[in-house]
Amino acid sequence: MFDAFVQVVRQDLLAAFRHQSAILNPIWFFVIVVTLFPLGLGSDPTLLSRIAPGIIWVAALLAALLSFERLFKDDFIDGSLEQMMLSPYPLAWLVSAKIFGHWVLTGLPILLVSPLLAVFLSLKMDAFCALFLTLLIGTPILSLLGAIGVALTVGLRKGGILLSLIMLPFSIPILIFSTMAIEAASFGQSYLGFIALLLAMLVGAITLAPFAIAAALRVSVS
Amino acid sequence: MWKWLHPYAKAEHSYALAGKLMPWFLVLTIPSFIIGIVWGLAFAPADYQQGDSFRIIYIHVPAAMMAMAAYSTMAIAAFIGLVWQLRLAEMAVAAAAPVGAIYTFIALFTGAAWGKPMWGAWWVWDARLTSELILLFVYMGIIALYNAFSDKVLAGRAASILTLVGVINLPIIHFSVVWWNTLHQGATITKFEQPSIATEMLIPLLIMIFSFATFLGVMILYRFRSELLQREQHRAWVIKLVQIKGRG
Repeated sequence: MFDAFVQVVRQDLLAAFRHQSAILNPIWFFVIVVTLFPLGLGSDPTLLSRIAPGIIWVAALLAALLSFERLFKDDFIDGSLEQMMLSPYPLAWLVSAKIFGHWVLTGLPILLVSPLLAVFLSLKMDAFCALFLTLLIGTPILSLLGAIGVALTVGLRKGGILLSLIMLPFSIPILIFSTMAIEAASFGQSYLGFIALLLAMLVGAITLAPFAIAAALRVSVS
Repeated sequence: MWKWLHPYAKAEHSYALAGKLMPWFLVLTIPSFIIGIVWGLAFAPADYQQGDSFRIIYIHVPAAMMAMAAYSTMAIAAFIGLVWQLRLAEMAVAAAAPVGAIYTFIALFTGAAWGKPMWGAWWVWDARLTSELILLFVYMGIIALYNAFSDKVLAGRAASILTLVGVINLPIIHFSVVWWNTLHQGATITKFEQPSIATEMLIPLLIMIFSFATFLGVMILYRFRSELLQREQHRAWVIKLVQIKGRG
């Protein structure tokens, strides 16, 4: 059973590394969106460091949305999604593997470029630590939530904007808690409470979302 | 025990039942609306702080409550539809969503109109207003998803799944917004706490809530019936129905 998980992840990573632009584009999008804000709002460091948490998180949300398109689409078109459903392993399990692979390809690079953005937006060290932690916990939740929306819309021809309509409202709590944690950190307060809340949401999402995704995929593929 | 329910899995029986129930709800709605609105707007005493402008409560609160109630209705229907594979329950989800969205919009609109004299602004990022706005977004997502599928059976099922996802998420969203609000703004904005309300004001409010609730029933039943007819338009019973109506 674990082999199947590893196999699915390996396949997804391999496929992605052969089309590298697919990984890089959302990251460039993320960086460019963040760059636009100082250009639009002025380069005052105090202003920037105050609004940085919100900017970075909103940009991460948008970048995640862009990357979701690929999550199930190719598998849906070439029929491997149906094969996954027919396989003896539970669909929810295989779907978890797909989402893990997706997170490695989209969430992880965002984490890796986040120090650069902290410099751009003159974030202090404490605030950056909080930002990094919230991104580390928050991006997997985004992947799981987004996957529900992708699974619901994968069979539709114009699913893109619909996906954002469905999923953005549900990601509001992550945005709120993450930015609150970063803000608390930049004032030197303890932000462990927010981190704990985010972790709780992550645990909830990991346990429940795969089943919702599997149910949604069954609707889309039938 | 539940055997008497079985015939209603059949579309024509449900159609007939909904048709029988609808007039009753309507009979309850109309007088209670008239009594409630006249009592609330003309006879209830004015608030000692807010004056007459508090009277919008008689629209605002019932609409907000029924916006939530419509969502719970949808959630229950979605659960039934997905667990027992009842296509009709999924239709009820689709029938209730736009009604709930309109109620939410009414609540937001009256909230804004009430906020202008009280808070001095059309829109305040008050926790309740914000979570009501997000509820509207969720409703819109469900409606958009339902409309995107051309196969309405699949559409109903997809909308049901999304409704259930929303059931888990909406409380989280609500609490996150409440905490966000209390930490961000605090005392700068007049706190909007439900005052302990005088009985003379409460009774018309309760009547209005009852009226809005029964009207919700009317609208859901009406939309459920039209949904049924539209989906089953090629079935024998609908054709027969249309022929009878056409002759009479």
